[in-house]
This record gives sequence, C-alpha cells and structure tokens, in this order.
Amino acid sequence: MDPLEIARWQFGVTTVYHFIMVPLTIGLGPVVALMQTQWVRTGDEKWLRMTKFWGKLYLINFIMGVATGLVQEFQFGMAWSEYSRFVGDVFGAPLAMEGLLAFFFESVFLGLWIFGWDRLPKKIHLAALWIAVAGSIVSAFFIIVANSWMQHPVGVELIDGRPVMTDIWAVLTNNTALTAYSHTITGALAVGAGFVVGISWYQLWQRRRDGIDTVDATGRVVVGENASIPGRDRKDHSVWITSIRIGAVIAIIGFGGVAITGDLQAKLMFEQQPLKMAAAEAACHDGTSFSVLSIGPLGSQNCEDVVGIIEIPGILSFLAHGDFDTEIKGVNTLIPEYQALYGTNLPDDPLYGERAGMEINYLPIMEVTYWGFRLMIGFGMLAAGFALLTLWIVRKGTVPRSKLMMGTALLSIAAPFGANIAGWVFTEMGRQPFVVAPNPTPGGVDGVYMFTAAAVSPGVSGEEIIFSLASLALVYAFLLVFEVKLLIKYVRGGVASAMPELGHPDAGHGDSDSDPDDPNRPAQRDDVLAFAY
Amino acid sequence: MELLPTVWFIAIAALWIGYLLLEGFDLGVGMLLLFSTRKDRQRRLMLNAIGPVWDGNEVWLITAGAATFAAFPFWYASLFSALYIPLTIVLVSLIFRAVAIEYRGKGSSDKWRMWWDRALGLGSLGSAFGIGAALALTTTGLPLDANGDRVGGAFAWFTPYAVLGGLAVVGFSLVHASVFLGLKTDGEVRVRARNFVVRWSPVALLPIVAWVLIIQFQHGSPITWSLVVVAVIAVVFGWFSARAGREGRAFVGIAAFLLAGASSIFAAVYPVVLPSTINPAFDLTISNAASGEYTLGVMSVVAAFGLPLVFLYQGYTYWVFRNRLSEHHIPEAHVVMPAVAPSVSAP
Repeated sequence: MDPLEIARWQFGVTTVYHFIMVPLTIGLGPVVALMQTQWVRTGDEKWLRMTKFWGKLYLINFIMGVATGLVQEFQFGMAWSEYSRFVGDVFGAPLAMEGLLAFFFESVFLGLWIFGWDRLPKKIHLAALWIAVAGSIVSAFFIIVANSWMQHPVGVELIDGRPVMTDIWAVLTNNTALTAYSHTITGALAVGAGFVVGISWYQLWQRRRDGIDTVDATGRVVVGENASIPGRDRKDHSVWITSIRIGAVIAIIGFGGVAITGDLQAKLMFEQQPLKMAAAEAACHDGTSFSVLSIGPLGSQNCEDVVGIIEIPGILSFLAHGDFDTEIKGVNTLIPEYQALYGTNLPDDPLYGERAGMEINYLPIMEVTYWGFRLMIGFGMLAAGFALLTLWIVRKGTVPRSKLMMGTALLSIAAPFGANIAGWVFTEMGRQPFVVAPNPTPGGVDGVYMFTAAAVSPGVSGEEIIFSLASLALVYAFLLVFEVKLLIKYVRGGVASAMPELGHPDAGHGDSDSDPDDPNRPAQRDDVLAFAY
Repeated sequence: MELLPTVWFIAIAALWIGYLLLEGFDLGVGMLLLFSTRKDRQRRLMLNAIGPVWDGNEVWLITAGAATFAAFPFWYASLFSALYIPLTIVLVSLIFRAVAIEYRGKGSSDKWRMWWDRALGLGSLGSAFGIGAALALTTTGLPLDANGDRVGGAFAWFTPYAVLGGLAVVGFSLVHASVFLGLKTDGEVRVRARNFVVRWSPVALLPIVAWVLIIQFQHGSPITWSLVVVAVIAVVFGWFSARAGREGRAFVGIAAFLLAGASSIFAAVYPVVLPSTINPAFDLTISNAASGEYTLGVMSVVAAFGLPLVFLYQGYTYWVFRNRLSEHHIPEAHVVMPAVAPSVSAP
C-alpha cells in the first residue's frame, strides 16, 4: 500500500476534525470572558447566567480540542519523519513556544477557572479565564506561524541542503503568518458568535412555544415566566436576548474582519503561490475575470476543458492587485515557469521511493481548489447575512414562533464551520505538490522547498498508517456523536443545566450565600465544591 | 562538550521527569478507578483530587514532545516514526482519558458512568504503558539504519525493554497516585491509598528499579550510581513514612525517588539520545541530532523566560487547591432536564 496517499488522508482527516473544535474554542472563549467581565462589573445576575451556560458548552467542546490536538503534534514525527528532519531547525521552535508560552497558560488557568468558582476572589477568577482565553489565542498564533512557514519559508539559510534558521523575528513576522493569523482569528470569532446566535434563537423560540413569552399588537415582546420549568423566569429572557444580540454583532464584526484579512491574504497568495490562485480560478489563460461559476469534467485536470459560465471582468485583478486591468497569470503560463525553476521530474533519490524520477504535476486538484475557495466565501457570506438578518428580526425583543426559522437558525451554526473547513482544505491542498512551498518573492531563499512525496516516513508501512487512520477516524466519529449529544442535552436544559440552583425553590439569587470576597463566610473546608466532576 | 545541545538535553530530561512527576498521579488515579472502589462518591472524590490540575500536567508531555522536535529534530523524527503503532495507542488512550474526565459526570445513568470510567481507566493504563515503553526504548535503543529509520517491520520495537519500561511507568504511577491520594483526600479513600502504598509499592516499583539498574550496569558512572543511591534512600524513606501515616513525607520520598532515579538514567545515557541496535555508528547523539546553534539559542531564551513562569503559576494552582477533599465536599450529581413545558414536549 502506498504510505504517502494514506498518510495524506490521515493528516487531512485528523486536522479537519481538530479544526472543528478549535475555532469554537477560540471564538467562544472571549465571548464567555466578556460576559463574566460584565457580571463582575455590574453584578447583574443575567451576566452570571450567561457566563455559566456558555461556559459549560465551551468546556464540553474545549476538551475535544485538547484531546485531538495531541495527535497533531505527534504525527509530524510519526508519519512525516523526513519532513520533520528537513524542517526541524525552524518548524519545531514555534511548536515548542506554543507549549511553553500558550498551552501551559491555557490549561493551568482554565483548571483554575473551572474549579475556582466561589473559591477564588471574583476578580482573580475572572482574570484566570482571560488568561486561559489569551492562551488559546496565542497558541493559534504559533501554529499559524509554523503553517505559514510551509506556505512561504522565510528567515532561513540553506546549509547542506537543509534550511537552518537565521532570523526568528522574520519567521514570527512572516507576512503570510500575520494575514493568515488575523484571518483565522476573525474566522473563529464568527464561528463562536454563530454558535451563540443559533442556540439563543432556539431558547427564545422555546420560550415562545411554551407560551412564556408572547408579543403584543405592535410585535413587541411581552416577557412572562413559568415557575414549573427550572430557570424559565423573566431573567431568562434577558439572558437569551442579550446573548443573541451580542452573538450577531460579534458575528458581523468577525465576518467583516474575515473579508478584509482574506483580501490581504489573497493578494499575498497571488505573489507567493500563484499556481494555487490560478487553480482556485480554474483559469488556463491569463486574464482579469473572476469566475463565479465554471464547469468542466470532474478530475480531468485539464483546464482547457473548463468552461466559464459566469465571469465578472476585472474582479480577479482587483483581488490580486487592487486594480481592474492587470493580467493575472493562468495555469498554462505558470506551469512552464514552475518547471523551469523546480524541475520537470522528481529527483532520482531513494527518498521519493517508487516516485523517484516521476514527472511532477504542479497543478493542484482543481475541483478542490476551485470549489474550496467558493464554498469558503459562500458559507461565510451566508452566515454573515444571517447575522445581519437576526439583528433586525430581534429588534422587538424576541424571535418569531416559526419552527422553520428556528431550524434555519440552528442550521446556520454550521455555515461558519463549513467556511473554515473549506478554507483550510483549499489552502493546504492548493499548496500541493509541495509540502513546503518555494518562496518566489524577493528575499526568498533558493532551494528551500520540499515535495510532499519526499516528506513521508521512509520506515513506516502503509498498513501501520491505515491502522492509525482507521482507529483515529473511528474514535473521532464515536466522540463526535457524544459531544453533539451532550451539547444538545445541555442546550435543551437551558441555563438550569449549568446552574443546578435554578431548579431549587430559592432560585435566582446567584452567589448570595457564598461570596468569596465576604470575610464572614464560613471556613472553606466545610464548603461543598461549587463545581466537581 | 557542546554547551547548547547539552543544555537542551537536560531541559528535555527535565520536561519528561516533570511530566512523570505530575501526570504520574493523574494516570495512576485513572488506573486505580478500574479496581479500587465501587462507591460513586468515592470515585468522584478521587477524580476531583486531580480535577483542577490534570490538564495543566498533560502540557508537560506536549512541551516535552515539541521541545524534542525543536532542539533535536532527528531524535524526534526517528523515535516517533519507529514507534508508530505504540504511539497511536498512546494517542487514542490519551484522547479517551481526557474526554472521559470531562464527560463522565455529564450523563445521568450508571451505565454512562461505568463506560466512561472504563475509558478513563484503560486510557490511563494505555498512556502510561506506551509512554513508559517509548522512554525505555529511547534509552536502550531501536533497530535504526543510517538514515535513522526503523528496520525490521512494524513491531521491531516490541522487546523486553519496551515491556519493562511500560510496566515501570504503570507501576510507578499507581504508587505515586496512592501517595497523592493519601495526601489530598480524607476518609476511606485516604486510608485505602495509604495501605496500597505500604502493601504494593515494593512490587509495583520493581520494574522501574530494574530499568534504572540495567541502564546503570550498561553505562553507569560514579555520579549516576550516586544518584541511584539517593533514589534508594528516598524510596525507603517514602515507604516508612507511608507506613507511619506521614503522607507529606511519603509524597516527598516517592517524588525524590523518581527525580533521582530518572536523572540517573538520563545522565548515564548522555550524550546518546537514541542508540541504534544495528550499528553504534548510527546512534543519534546530542551532536548529530540537534538543531543549529541559533535555534537552540532562541529556544533557550524562550525557555528561560517561560519555564520559571510555569513553575510559578502551576505552583499557585496547587496552592489554591491545597486542602484535603472528603466525600462531603462532593456535590450531588446534577441531573440535566430539558427546560420545556411538559405538555408540549411529550412526543
């Protein structure tokens, strides 16, 4: 069996799966921290409830990101040992920095936050969450730095055929990394915010369906309560209406950021990996038009067969250069350029195994790049539009009773996830056949590139990789079912699922009996833990 | 002697020892849940004793792996690819363990808890065994060719040393967890943990002692042998302290035993990081496996800044959660019900 193809599938499957959890962690974290900040500042119990509820969902998801992240770090060495040897001098450093400067903060302070309710002074408890959230955001920076070096290697010299780091600052401030990072963070914010919008919509709708909230003749909400359902009091309404508005606003900010940073990133990509962008357009010939819809036979890998159905002249040039008439190189122009620079055939080196000496196909799989690019943008625009619509719909304080609209709102949670996945698949598969893409811009070091075919572990058999691909895929599928089940269960429980005290008769008075700032509170050892596994 | 590669060899040894020292009791608690008690409140007590700290402890593993990649990419590449199957099992085990800790309390049926407890226990067992095997093999060697690639097939790593190392970390973790529970809990759990140390530690610590001695007989020097003496004194002190009911001292004794014992292993194999059992010329050493001076220098600055901070705030966490837990601290299990009106929600 061919280890290379299986190893690529393995990396793709595990990474895409990991990146379902991660953007939600990165996006939801600051939202929860913001809510707790408001609680500490105002003392309004609404904010406490929001913190507890969204915090609970945050944790259910967080652990999956942590657990699947370990695989990421191990598999470079396990399946891609030649890659690890080639890039080790520069690629390992950001990973180690991620551990030392981000993961430790994230994990240690999140533990403090989870178990620190009623135990730490309020402000320190809040600070613990902010530090943990900052840890997540910083960890994303280091891993994007590492990935961006594969897209656009900088800060190295080639010594004995191996890149050796000479400038860490250049690696950390790689322009590819800065744009990709801001694109990723804003994209993650959109994911977190979309999640908040969809679930809050469901809660507001549930309150209406149960007859708790009604609307008056002008369509304005009349808030009610139902004492027989834990947590469904008047305050509960303000929890969800505030959440949905915060979510919608952050989603709009997030998508605005995604668009701006995506544009910057595309402009760099036209310079740094022109063939990736040409493949994203499925464009044979040089031109200025952006394709809205092109069709051609699947898998033909011959751009001459692709027919543009809808094209907008000038837009491609605008994306690449900010004007409407600069010609953008097509596939037919670029491939000979690549062949001249990096060869027509793979070297006759045992590293390439049975692929040694084979002709190099410089064209990424065009269906993937073309549709990956459009799905990313399409999903993003869909979700952004929905966030705007939501903001308008809830202006009178609740959502319509329509079950269809509620279902759509829940479904809309998936759109930003889809955009994230499509974007990553596009950019990673668009980099092929390179695992480390050459850097053609001024300042790039000649010879610092690596074909994916040379990166896989020479000593590892296809069967071994199949074993891990199968076991991990099985475990991942199994755990995804449980994560979603738990999320649904806790969402259906409303705030009471995260605050058991709301189900008791003395509900709704927050922390009155155990204020950690109160010097007269009973000695700590006699307390029942506010949180326990 | 090469300064920076040596510094990083010590740093990576410290990260692995730190990992075993901290995560040792997390893994041990997970394994103890497989057989120690059926009472749910006591099981939750054990789990919550590691609750606030286990995730931070696991970062030592992530950082040890990443630091190996950064400082010794050839070591990282050869070791991780040679141990493809066992590391896959470690990963699956660690995934199950982490998710089980978070999810076990979130269902309401006994069956749900039972299955997640098994995932937690077996996940801890698999992780401890696999990591122990990997660490033992990096000290005793793997069949590596000139390029550092494993020869001899997918199971070429499966040797008595792998089993010994696996048992060493499993046994140590069980003892370490019992000492930890004796220190951090009260009531039946505390008594049971203490008794476990007194009765079983002489057996459970045998494999790790055997591993230490094998390495010493192969590569020992007066310095490393003196570390072994320290380890022996520490473990005897720990055992007598446990028998006398002095849990704090017992913990210090077992921790010092690990510190000195593991240090004696790393010090004895230096400067080899991964021997080849085919040809000593193919050994990976701190010279031929290391990154360049510049990279090591950058990493040194980062570590000099980052590691003390880690000690500081991780220490703070242990201080915040320093009190003993007893069963009465554990809240009632919370049953999550749908917040919907019963009449409408009926199917």
